[in-house]
Amino acid sequence: MRPRLEARIGASRTMVYATPVLAVALTMACGSVLFAALGHHPPAVLYAFFIQPLSSVYDLAELTVKATPLVLCAIGLSFGFRANVWNIGAEGQLTLGAIAGGGIALWAGDDAAAWVLPAMIVAGLLGGAAWAAIPAFLKTRFNANEILTSLMLTYVAILLLSYLVHGPWKDPDGFSFPQSRMFADSVLLPLLTMGTRLHLGAPITLFLALGAWWVMARMFIGFQIKVVGLTPAAAGLAGFSVNRLIWITLLTGGALAGLAGLFEVAGPIGQLQPSISPGYGFTAIIVAFLGRLHPVGILLSGLFIALSYLGGETVQIELGLPLAVSGVFQGMLLFFLLAADVLVRYRIRWRRAAMVQEAG
Amino acid sequence: MEILAAVLISVIGAATPLLFAAVGELVVEKSGVLNLGVEGMMVLGAVGAFAVTLTTGSATLGILAGAAAGAAMALVFALLTLTLLANQVASGLALTIFGIGASALLGRSFVGMPVTRLPQLDLPGLGDLAIIGPLLFGHDVLVYLSILSIPLTIWFLERSRAGLVLRAIGESHQAAHALGHPVILVRYLALLFGGAMAGLGGAYLSLAYTPMWAENMTAGRGWIALALVVFATWRPGRLLSGAYLFGGITVAQLHVQGFGFAIPSQFLSMLPYVATIAVLVAISADGTRARLNAPASLGRIFHPEA
Amino acid sequence: MAERGVPARLQLRGITKQFPGCLANDHIDLTLGPGEIHALLGENGAGKSTLVKIIYGILRADGGDIKWDGQPVSIASPSQARRLGIAMVFQHFSLFESMTVAENVALGLDHGAGLDALSARVGEVGRRYGLALAPEKVVHDLSVGERQRVEIVRCLMQEPRLLIMDEPTSVLTPGEAEALFITLRQLADEGCTILYISHKLQEIRALCDRATVLRAGRVVATCDPRQETARDLARLMIGEDFSQASKTAGGPCGAARLQVRGLNMAAAAIHGTAITGIEFEVAAGEILGIAGVAGNGQNTLLAALSGEQLCPNAGDIRIDDQDAGDLGPRRRRRLGLAFVPEERLGHGAVPEMSLTDNALLTGYERQDLLSRGSIMFPRTRDYAQRIVKSFQVVTGSIGSHAGSLSGGNLQKFIIGRELLQQPKVLVVAHPTWGVDAGAAAAIHTALLDLARQGAAILVVSQDLDELLQISDRFAVLSEGRLSECMVTAAADIGRIGLLMGGQATGHGRENGGERRAAQT
Repeated sequence: MRPRLEARIGASRTMVYATPVLAVALTMACGSVLFAALGHHPPAVLYAFFIQPLSSVYDLAELTVKATPLVLCAIGLSFGFRANVWNIGAEGQLTLGAIAGGGIALWAGDDAAAWVLPAMIVAGLLGGAAWAAIPAFLKTRFNANEILTSLMLTYVAILLLSYLVHGPWKDPDGFSFPQSRMFADSVLLPLLTMGTRLHLGAPITLFLALGAWWVMARMFIGFQIKVVGLTPAAAGLAGFSVNRLIWITLLTGGALAGLAGLFEVAGPIGQLQPSISPGYGFTAIIVAFLGRLHPVGILLSGLFIALSYLGGETVQIELGLPLAVSGVFQGMLLFFLLAADVLVRYRIRWRRAAMVQEAG
Repeated sequence: MEILAAVLISVIGAATPLLFAAVGELVVEKSGVLNLGVEGMMVLGAVGAFAVTLTTGSATLGILAGAAAGAAMALVFALLTLTLLANQVASGLALTIFGIGASALLGRSFVGMPVTRLPQLDLPGLGDLAIIGPLLFGHDVLVYLSILSIPLTIWFLERSRAGLVLRAIGESHQAAHALGHPVILVRYLALLFGGAMAGLGGAYLSLAYTPMWAENMTAGRGWIALALVVFATWRPGRLLSGAYLFGGITVAQLHVQGFGFAIPSQFLSMLPYVATIAVLVAISADGTRARLNAPASLGRIFHPEA
Repeated sequence: MAERGVPARLQLRGITKQFPGCLANDHIDLTLGPGEIHALLGENGAGKSTLVKIIYGILRADGGDIKWDGQPVSIASPSQARRLGIAMVFQHFSLFESMTVAENVALGLDHGAGLDALSARVGEVGRRYGLALAPEKVVHDLSVGERQRVEIVRCLMQEPRLLIMDEPTSVLTPGEAEALFITLRQLADEGCTILYISHKLQEIRALCDRATVLRAGRVVATCDPRQETARDLARLMIGEDFSQASKTAGGPCGAARLQVRGLNMAAAAIHGTAITGIEFEVAAGEILGIAGVAGNGQNTLLAALSGEQLCPNAGDIRIDDQDAGDLGPRRRRRLGLAFVPEERLGHGAVPEMSLTDNALLTGYERQDLLSRGSIMFPRTRDYAQRIVKSFQVVTGSIGSHAGSLSGGNLQKFIIGRELLQQPKVLVVAHPTWGVDAGAAAAIHTALLDLARQGAAILVVSQDLDELLQISDRFAVLSEGRLSECMVTAAADIGRIGLLMGGQATGHGRENGGERRAAQT
C-alpha cells in the first residue's frame, strides 16, 4: 500500500482553486508551530498577524496601499510566467520606474504644471519597460538566461538609485541624509479618502487587472502566450513568434513594475530614497503563483500577501517579533502551494486500488 | 610585491564562497536538476555556521552546521521537485525567498556579534616564506577544501561509475530509468551535496571572509554561482578560473576605491553584476557549444510512469 | 520451441496492467521456450510495449505471475531482470547521445568495469556477431544502424538468455534488417530465447518460430507465422477485414503547386541532420510520398516546409508560383499551405487545451476566427464542431482536452482541422503512425479526396506500404539528400531498399524529366 502519483488527463478544476486555500491553511498551521517555538502564544500571534490589521478603515486602506504594487508587479510577471519567460527582476524594474518618474518630479520642481503627473506615469511605465528590455534583448539576441540577467539588473538598479540619492539628486537641505527633495504636492497621486494613504494608484491597478483578464481570456495575444508556455513546438507550428512573445511579456511586466515603483514614490513615499520597496518585486512572484497566474486570483492573493506585510509590522510592534517573519511566512506559503499543486496535475493512488477505473 | 600578494589573497577570499556554491550546483545540474535556490541555501548556511560557532565555540561544528543547513534546504527542494513533481524554477525561487527570510529571523540576535575568524592552517615554516608563504600556505581549511573539490569533482564525474550514472541521468532520465538506474535517488543525493556545498560557501562568508553575521550577507553570490556554472559550460575545471575571475572583479572594485579614483562607489559595486551579465552573454551567444555540454534533461520533471 | 522435460524459459500467467483510461494488458498468458524466436505481434496500442516493460521490470503488473525457468519470480527492476538473464533492446529512449559507445555500454551493465577493459570486450562481442563498433566514438556521431548495434552489443555483453527486441527494424534499412536477422538466428542457435516485437508481418514470417498476437490488451491467438498468410495475420491483429483506401483514377492533373528548388538547410536541432540540394515538385491533384528511415533529414525538411525554419532564399520554396521560402508559418498558410506534423501531442496539438483552442491554433488565419485581435469564440466553437462531425472524432465534447483523445481520434481531429481549411498544398508527416486501422483508412480516404479536389499533397512517412498505397510518385530521403522521384506504379522494391540505405546514386537531378514522364 504505497502511495503513488498518477497523471490526470488535464488539470483538475477543483484542485486549481482548492490548493491555494490548502496552502494558506498549512502555512498558518506551520506558522503556529514556529511561533510556539519562539515562545509566543500562537492564537495571539495569528490574531495580531491576520485579524488586527483589518480592524479599521485606516488599516483597510493601508492594506490596499500595500497590495497595489504587489498586484501590479504580479500581473506583469504572470504574463511572462505563463509564457515560460522567467522575469524575476521586477524589483529592479520597479526601481527604474521610480527613478524615471521621480526624476521628472524633481526636475519639475515646486511649481509643477498639471501635465507633470501624467508625464511621470508615462516615464514610470517606460523606465520599467526599458529595464526589462535589456533581458529581452539579451535573451532574444544572445540566448542569455533571463532569470540571471533580470536578477543581476535588480542589483544594478538598486545601486543606481543609491548613487542618485547619495549624489546628484540629494536634497541640499536634507542634513546630508541620502534622499531627494520631497516632491511637490501637485505631482503626488491624489488621495481617495481623507485621513488615509489610499491613492489613485489603487483604482488604476484594479482597472489594469480587469484589462489583463480581458487580454488573457479573450485576446489572441493571450492565447499565444498560453500556447507558447504550454507547448512551444505547437506555437512554432501555429506561427507564433517566440521572440516576439518574449519581448511583449517582458516589456509588459517591466512597464507594470515600473508603474508600481512610480506609484510608490508619487504616493506613500513622496520622494526618492535608497529603499523604496521592501522587496515587492520579489514577493510579487509569490503573489503571482498564489493567484494562479490569473488576474482575479492575483487581486485576491495580492491582498492576502499585503496582509502578511501588515501583520509582520503588527507583530513587530505588539510582540517584538522581527519583521523577517513576513518573509518566512511568504516563503512557506509558496512551498506549500507548490507542494499542494501536485494534486492539480496528479491524483494520489494507493497501489492496491489501481485496478479500479475512474472517470477522469 | 607585498601589495600584489595581499590582493591575490583577498581574491582567494572572494572566490572561495563562489567556488563552493558553483561546484555544488554543477553536480546538481549534471544530474538534470536546476536548483535556483543557491542564494537561499547559502544564506542559511551562513547564519547556521555563525550561530553554531558562536554558541558552541567550535568552528568545526559551525562549518558542519553550515553544510547541514544548506543540505536541509536542498532536501525541501528535492521533496518538492522530485517527489511532488513541482516546477523547478518556482521551487528554487521559493527556496531563496524562504532562505533570506528564515536566516534573518534566526540571525536577529546575532547581528553585530563578533566571532573569531577561521584560523589559518599552520604549516610550520612554510607560512613564513616571503610572499609565496602566505599566498600558498596562509589560508584556512575551507579555502583548501574548495580548491580540492575541483579535482575530486572531475574525478567523480569523469572517472567513477557513480559519476557516469549521474551524468547519464542528467542526459536522459527516461533512458537511465529504463536501464534501471535510480533516477530519483541519485538526484536526491546530488541535491543534498549541492545544498551542503552552498552551505559551506555561506559558512565561509560568515566565519572567514567577513567574520560576522549581517542580514542578506550573501548579496547575490548564490546567483553569481549559478551564472558561473553556465560560464564553465558545465565543466568543473573551468569553475576554478571563473570563480577566481569573479573574485578578482570583486576585489578590484575595493582596491580601485582604495587608490582614490573618483568613481562613485555604487558604480564599482555594480561591477560583479554587470560582469555576470557580460559573461552570460558571451557564453550563451555561441549556443551550440554550450548546449552540447549542458545536461539534456536539465529542469525537466521526471515521472517514471508518465 | 519448448522441449519436453525442459521448463519454459519464461512463462507469464494472467498479466494485467491498468493505465488511467485504458486497460493496457488484460490477463495475458505467454510461454517462451529456450532458443525460440517468438514474435509479439500487434498494432500500435495493442499493449506490446507495456507487456515487455513488465517483463523487463520497468513497469509493475497489477496482477498475474511470472515464472523463470519454472520458478516463480517477481521482477522489480531492470537490474533484477538483467540478473535473471533478461536483456532488452529498446525502440526509443535508451542511448545517451553525448556519451561514448563504451560509456553507453557500461551504463547497461550492473558491474562497474574499467572503460578500457570494456572497450576490448565490445570489440570481442562485435567480432563474434558481426557488429563492428568504435568504443570511443560519441553516440550522436553514429548512424541510426550503428546506434542500434550499440544497444545490441550492450545486451549481448550480459550473455542474456532472453533477448527482447522492441520494433528493432523500424529504424533500419532493408539491408540492415537482413543483417540483424542473421545475428538473431545465430543467437537463437546458441540457445538464447528472443522475444521479437513488431507489427511488420513479412519480417515476422521470415524470422520467427511462433507468434503471439495481441489486440486491445488481450491475447487473441498464438500460431506459427510461417503457416499463416500475411493477410490472416493482419486479420488477427486488426480483428476485422480491413478495407483499404484505394487510388482511383485521378492523379496529377495540373500545374505544380508546391515547388522546392535546390534547398539546403542546416539542422535546427542539436543532433539533427542537414539537408542538401532538395528538389521536387508536387502538382495539383497529386500525392508525392517521401520515404526513408527516420533521422535522415525528415525533421529538417518538414520544418523548412512548414515555415518553422526559414529557408536561406525566398525562392527555395514556391507555393502556387509565389516565393514562400522566407515566409513564416502564418503567411504560408495565407498562401494555402496546411501542415500536419509528426508529433500529435506537443506539436500538432496542445494537450492541456480544449479541442476548441486547438482548432484555433492553426485555423485562425484561413477560417477568419479573429476580429481586431480578439478571438471570436462562437465561430471557433463552430469550426471545432465541424471538424469533430466531419471526421467522426470520438470525444466527449469540443471542450475536452486534446490530451484526453486516443491517438487515432486526435490524428483525425488534426487532419480534419487542416483539411477544413481547404488547403491548396498539404504537407503531412507520418499520417497514420500509431493509429488504429479504422482511423488509418479514414485518413487515407480523406487525403485521396483532397487530392481529387485539386490540392497538392506531400506525405513524409517511414511506412513504405502506406506510401505505395496512396502516393502517385515517391522519392527516398537518405542522409539529407533526396533521390529522384519514381512513379509508384512502376517502383522497384529492391532499388528502394538500396536508396533507403544511401547506396544508390542519383540525387534529384533528373526529377524534372521524371515529372514529365509521370504526366504522360
